Amino acid sequence: MIRLIPRVENSTAMILLSPLLALTLTAISAYLIFVSILVDIEVSSVFYTLFVEPLTDSYYLSELLVKAAPLMIIALGLSIGFRAGVWNIGAEGQYVIGGIAGSAVGLYFYDVEGFWIIPLMALAGILGGMFYAGIAAFLKTRYQVNEILVTLMLTYVAVLFLSAMLQGPLRNPSGFNFPESRLFHDSALMPIIWQGTRVHIGLIIAVLLSFVAWFGIKKHIFGMQIKISGSAPRAAKFAGFNDNKTVWYSLLISGGLAGLAGLFEAAGPAGQLTPGLPQFYGFTAIIVAFLARLHPIGVLFSSLLIALSYVGGENVQIDYDLPKSITQIFQGMLLFYFLACDILIKYKVVLFKTIR
Amino acid sequence: MNYQLQINNITKSYGDLKANDDVSLNIKPSSIHALLGENGAGKSTLVKVIYGSLLPDRGEMKWLGKSYSPKNPFDAREQGIAMVFQHFSLFESLTVEENIVLGLDGVRLDENFTEKIIKYSKQYGLDINPHQVVGDLSVGARQRVEIIRCLMQNPKLLIMDEPTSVLTPQEVSDLFITLRKLADDGCSILYISHKLEEVRQICSVATILRGGKLVENCIPQEHTQQELAEMMIGKKLIQLARSNINSGEDIFSINNLSRKSDDMFGVDLKSISLSVMKGSIVGIAGVAGNGQDELMELLIGEITSPPDTLSFKGNDIGNLNSHQRRELSMFFIPEERLGHGAVPDMGLNENMLLSRPQKSEMTSYGVIDWQNVETLTQKVISDFDVQTFSTKMLAKSLSGGNLQKFMVGRELTQNPELLIVAQPTWGVDAGSANNIHQALIALADQGSAILIISQDLDEILSLCEQIHVLSEGSLSTAVDMTNKGLEKISQLMVGSED
Repeated sequence: MIRLIPRVENSTAMILLSPLLALTLTAISAYLIFVSILVDIEVSSVFYTLFVEPLTDSYYLSELLVKAAPLMIIALGLSIGFRAGVWNIGAEGQYVIGGIAGSAVGLYFYDVEGFWIIPLMALAGILGGMFYAGIAAFLKTRYQVNEILVTLMLTYVAVLFLSAMLQGPLRNPSGFNFPESRLFHDSALMPIIWQGTRVHIGLIIAVLLSFVAWFGIKKHIFGMQIKISGSAPRAAKFAGFNDNKTVWYSLLISGGLAGLAGLFEAAGPAGQLTPGLPQFYGFTAIIVAFLARLHPIGVLFSSLLIALSYVGGENVQIDYDLPKSITQIFQGMLLFYFLACDILIKYKVVLFKTIR
Repeated sequence: MNYQLQINNITKSYGDLKANDDVSLNIKPSSIHALLGENGAGKSTLVKVIYGSLLPDRGEMKWLGKSYSPKNPFDAREQGIAMVFQHFSLFESLTVEENIVLGLDGVRLDENFTEKIIKYSKQYGLDINPHQVVGDLSVGARQRVEIIRCLMQNPKLLIMDEPTSVLTPQEVSDLFITLRKLADDGCSILYISHKLEEVRQICSVATILRGGKLVENCIPQEHTQQELAEMMIGKKLIQLARSNINSGEDIFSINNLSRKSDDMFGVDLKSISLSVMKGSIVGIAGVAGNGQDELMELLIGEITSPPDTLSFKGNDIGNLNSHQRRELSMFFIPEERLGHGAVPDMGLNENMLLSRPQKSEMTSYGVIDWQNVETLTQKVISDFDVQTFSTKMLAKSLSGGNLQKFMVGRELTQNPELLIVAQPTWGVDAGSANNIHQALIALADQGSAILIISQDLDEILSLCEQIHVLSEGSLSTAVDMTNKGLEKISQLMVGSED
């Protein structure tokens, strides 16, 4: 018989081993799926294209970093909120609103030169995201409305608002009625840090932010407040933490960061505001946050891993004509195995025979 | 000698832990037999073996002269062994007779049945109305329902697990009358308890377990309470005594504090007033569920009240939250340990930060100094003898007594000028309880004020100079202990003053 026995202390070895175990299990399952569905294609070469090729070529590598940056920024904010048990599922919406707000500032100052334009746009992006998540915080703290529903539903509103803006005030006046903004001028574009690619300064900011978040969570009483509010609300009251404040903080931080990511995407790889701004990063970041076990430094790695699956997934679409859902299957399995393997941190598996 | 139940050399292990190690015990007919021991001494394991819910690894039992090895509780009941559990299993929305009939096999609820309930109720002094809904009954009355349900099965042995822990003194003496009658009628009783005075009152034999082993079979009346306690814990108890009662001016007061409960089943607090002097210990006695939880929330500051309803060191503090109150050197130990006074999934070191005041050596500008947290946690662990592997051990993996010692230590290291504590030794073994009481007394001797809310009347009587009783949300004035104090308290507890 197999039995799970609670450990007295979390296992440090398993904290490190369980992600590797989850990866191995994902790889085995992916292999089995490929073997059963692929005809006339070498499974090992699909594997190579999916997981290895993106790391061998500087173009793929740069694209991987371009995709990892927004995931990182959004997942950082989400992981703080999730620790507090505040479930912001609508980071995608806050990302879009942040993108619109920041872009609007950039377009307002069209053709104005200045190093201050990008910071101003970033600020507008953050405020846009905060405002949008703040709606959920207000409804939750004032009327006990479930934040999962509010944030999720507002995502669809945000996407429609984006098309409204692109049909209206933000549409390129000389763009043949296409629902797109003007191309941002140079001062409103994210500085490129790897010449010849689309990798921009947002990546550095994302890495810095994850260290700031790590400090806040591990070294500051704020991290305790967040964690206790999530796992033991009565104990949080005992400590004198105000749960409404926790809800506000969680949503404002995650919303603000999602908004920042949205602006970085518009002023970075896109270079203009288009209907293609929402790319599911807000939802995928939920996976990223959980893969990182809501740990800010872990987010650095998990966002790279998920970005790898994006780039690899695009490559197998092109090379082998496989559907895009390959990426999603892979991400889903990874999260599933990861959450399952995490039980080994808190429990140990004991095999024993019953003798009667 | 003819024994009703003979238990020979029972051994039961869980992994490396021997919960029962070669335990033997013999119960005579018509006797009230005490089973004594601290938490974890192996009482429950032994009872489960007798009641058929656990199979022993080794050993044998004889019941009424015949070999006995029950496969399950049903089997045990068939053979005439019944048990009243500490936590009742009654449906609150059903009537007394419906509850009783549901617990039995092969009977129908009809007039005969109701008459039978009334018959038992009269015979054994178990005052109960069969048609009443259980939800409206007091804890004592619910216990009577459980007992009648057991009696319906005509048991020859009745096992009672901590039967008096929830009863008022009056209810306890009523229960004892019932138990004596039952024993006289030939039903022996196995009485599990850690309340030694009661055991000395009612039991003719006592079996004491410690660490899974049998320590002693004795006649409780031949030993003092202290001797019994020392046999139970295996070491000397420290006598409780205040060395320095030097009470000064009032430091804390509650002034006409009322609260409408927001819970449907909660209790409204009605204009509560009380004051605590420096260096004194004040107790609030009362049966659980009479407003203790509601009051404690207000005292901790989890729910705020108008400023002037609470005052501390001359400040009105009713509107401050718990963090702000700690600033003024008020500290709290809530009744519920896991999830309230401590976070189950966090290590002791992190839990240390839970009740930190603003100006603490553990943090500066909110940045945590983990080094200091570690040192302080170590200090609490060693000063208060908390059994743990490391400071990172999760709160939920500590035993109740250990965690309580940690929580008491955590608050005491802050040198509180006022400590408010609910049920300081609830579910804590005798040795640890003794240590905790000792620590509280030492704190008061230093000149701090303490307010204790407890259901354990013995605890209140042995610690407090001034005693109030909380009943249905109203607080009595301080009880004059010199003139029939205990009787007065007992009346106040059941709400039948005058």
